[in-house]
Amino acid sequence: MTSVKLKLKDSDVQKLKEIALSFNNEAGELINVLHKAQEHFGYLPAEIQEVVAEELNIPVAKVYGVVTFYSFFTMLPRGRYPISICTGTACYVRGAEKVLDEFKRILKVPVGETTADGKFSITCLRCVGACGLAPVVMVGDKTYGRVTTDGVKEILKEYENEE
Amino acid sequence: MAKYKMHMLVCGGTGCHASEGQMLFENLKKEVQDNNLENDVQVIATGCFGFCEKGPIVKVIPDNTFYVSVEPKDAKEIVAEHALKGRAVKRLLYFDPVRKEQIPDSKHMGFYKKQLRIALRNCGMIDPENINEYLAADGYEAMGKVLLEMTPEEAIKEVMDSGLRGRGGGGFPTGLKWQIASKNHADQKYVVCNADEGDPGAFMDRSILEGDPHTVLEAMVINGYAIGATKGLIYIRAEYPLAIHRLKIAIDQAREYGLLGTDILGSGFDFDVEIRYGAGAFVCGEETALIHSMEGERGEPTFKPPFPAQSGYLGKPTNVNNVETYANIPVIITKGAKWFSSIGTEKSKGTKVFALAGKINNVGLIEVPMGITLREVIFEIGGGIQGGKKFKAVQTGGPSGGCLTEKHLDTPIDFDNLLSVGSMMGSGGMIVMDEDDCMVAVAKFYLEFTVEESCGKCSPCRIGNKRLHEQLDIISKGNATEKDLDNLRNLSNVIKDTSLCGLGQTSPNPVLSTMDNFWDEYLAHVNEKRCPSGVCKDLIRYEVIAENCVGCTACARNCPVNCISGERKQLHVIDQALCIKCNACLEKCKFNAIAVI
Ligand SMILES: Cc1cc2nc3c(=O)[nH]c(=O)nc-3n(C[C@H](O)[C@H](O)[C@H](O)COP(=O)(O)O)c2cc1C
Ligand code: SF4
Ligand code: SF4
Ligand code: SF4
Ligand code: FES
Repeated sequence: MTSVKLKLKDSDVQKLKEIALSFNNEAGELINVLHKAQEHFGYLPAEIQEVVAEELNIPVAKVYGVVTFYSFFTMLPRGRYPISICTGTACYVRGAEKVLDEFKRILKVPVGETTADGKFSITCLRCVGACGLAPVVMVGDKTYGRVTTDGVKEILKEYENEE
Repeated sequence: MAKYKMHMLVCGGTGCHASEGQMLFENLKKEVQDNNLENDVQVIATGCFGFCEKGPIVKVIPDNTFYVSVEPKDAKEIVAEHALKGRAVKRLLYFDPVRKEQIPDSKHMGFYKKQLRIALRNCGMIDPENINEYLAADGYEAMGKVLLEMTPEEAIKEVMDSGLRGRGGGGFPTGLKWQIASKNHADQKYVVCNADEGDPGAFMDRSILEGDPHTVLEAMVINGYAIGATKGLIYIRAEYPLAIHRLKIAIDQAREYGLLGTDILGSGFDFDVEIRYGAGAFVCGEETALIHSMEGERGEPTFKPPFPAQSGYLGKPTNVNNVETYANIPVIITKGAKWFSSIGTEKSKGTKVFALAGKINNVGLIEVPMGITLREVIFEIGGGIQGGKKFKAVQTGGPSGGCLTEKHLDTPIDFDNLLSVGSMMGSGGMIVMDEDDCMVAVAKFYLEFTVEESCGKCSPCRIGNKRLHEQLDIISKGNATEKDLDNLRNLSNVIKDTSLCGLGQTSPNPVLSTMDNFWDEYLAHVNEKRCPSGVCKDLIRYEVIAENCVGCTACARNCPVNCISGERKQLHVIDQALCIKCNACLEKCKFNAIAVI
């Protein structure tokens, strides 16, 4: 897994310390601490993991082991408009793969990465529970149902004038 | 609820939320206010009604009128017509494609007729964010009965006699599990609710938590009392924000009412519940992995024994049950083991919730008595196959299950029958496939999932599944021989026999079941280098059928790589070297002039 270099500001370190403290700096709360950290920073690069390890008094390797184990955690920043394509079974049989291919083709980035301008990123997720609307695509918190290959362009168009 | 003359129940589940259900709810509320009907009409956001295909749904009580595919702008008409004038809005009623008529109330819809709702009894009926509604529906009555009138042994016996088996996949008798945990003595024991629901394409547990969170809390208290545990943990996926939100509200309300905490209902029994979050790992649904994940570790399974009942969370005796298993408990206590065991088959009692999805007309959440046949589920409740296509297979049990075919349609559904035909009950995902689905591609899809989700701890699963996936890929590209098919089967069996946990032990099932039931299709890929369903990209090409093409240019305008040429009103031609096989032309051609060959 690649990572981005990041210089943490003092206030960022302070924030991480607060998060760790809110879980009593307990090693067993590692996953909860990481959830909160990702909620705040958007992703969990090595620099953040180092501070978390220090605060919970555990090896950085362990933090890294947990971060890379769970697909919910990411070491790469997501796009400003993160696109998630559901590739659960219900969406798969209703054509999710073709929709995914179309996003990849238009944005020219593979799954898990972000466009050069930092605007869009593509990830896959497994069943958002709206199988009745399959295939389902989410952009941020917004859900699009019954997406066709044609629909992909229309979805992207909605964000054309956004920064 | 008595003082209102009318209730409008709006689905507030994730599925309908996604299609503007929230805005619809707000518009209805506003319309009711604008018409000064606040004292007569109550608008409630409930959990999922199950009929997700046609969401968002509004149900009007007392007349049970059932509106489908309602848009936020329809709120005005519903209030003006139905609430004020007492007339149903005809255009929003459900149109039954089989009976070819509009069906005004939910009781007469094919979708609901054969269902029996026990675990889902309150979903779509009550406001999940208001404990008073749960109480009004006899909520916490079972808990009161157990804590005040029954001994732990009596509670366990009731569950045992009911014949309830775990709904999380394994089907282990719940009463027996409780008994084992109760006999292991320790200073602290734990009760864990497994709400990880990793099966992609399944949403039973999420819907229960979104629609009726208190029922799970109530059952956990009963479970705690029965085995002597005072702490409960709910392990839920972080990807379920709405369910988490409603659970938190439910826990707070239950604490406030003294239904969680110390000395519950004056019984002297203490019990409280905490939420733990999963982070997107399918294997964490396996109970030992789940426990490690709750301890802040990587979610890797460990060998059993010791079972969680002996040494679980923090090394203490721990009882893990699934959400749906829990949802059955309060009813078993109030209505009795005898009643519950009168439903279902000899060895599988009660009902099962399924998430019906795929190429079926009525996608949704259903609850049916055990023993119902696949045919009834797919063709009566599910309303048959979409677009008049032919039924091909139904996949049950998620990545651990198998694909069943036409010949299994009349098999009564229960734990043992599904196992004996090479699939399994699993947690309740049921994906229907039609003639356009390639079974080799489906097996490959599942293996891709397993490879991604294998924790990597043991080599049969880590390496073996990767090899299985590679083999399937070779078959789908038309580069395999019959010998490779033998290897595929052998390797599958080795992985099943030697993997450490349930993930690896079941991961080859999609391969084996498709080989057993669709052998011809495998042979076509191998011997004829042909994908009969027209799915595997390397074995198909798109062609224009000359006699049908009228030269409308629709295909050429929509081809993303501009590889279709032709003048207006002239025959169009596809440049095979450039075609990326995206299917856009076939979707766009109104003249049936594009074919997959
Ligand atoms: C790979 C794997 C994934 C599982 N996923 C789940 C799950 O998502 N939800 C669940 O309740 N049980 C799941 N189980 C089953 C649990 O290990 C366990 O048997 C179950 O939670 C026990 O509850 P029950 O007896 O009430 O079914 C899974 C098992 C395996 C092997
Ligand atoms: S079978 Fe797979 S998921 Fe289970 S322990 Fe082995 S590698 Fe991990
Ligand atoms: S399948 Fe897609 S790429 Fe190929 S000709 Fe049709 S539209 Fe063009
Ligand atoms: S869309 Fe169909 S009819 Fe029209 S030009 Fe293409 S192949 Fe011919
Ligand atoms: S499989 Fe995509 S929403 Fe369920």
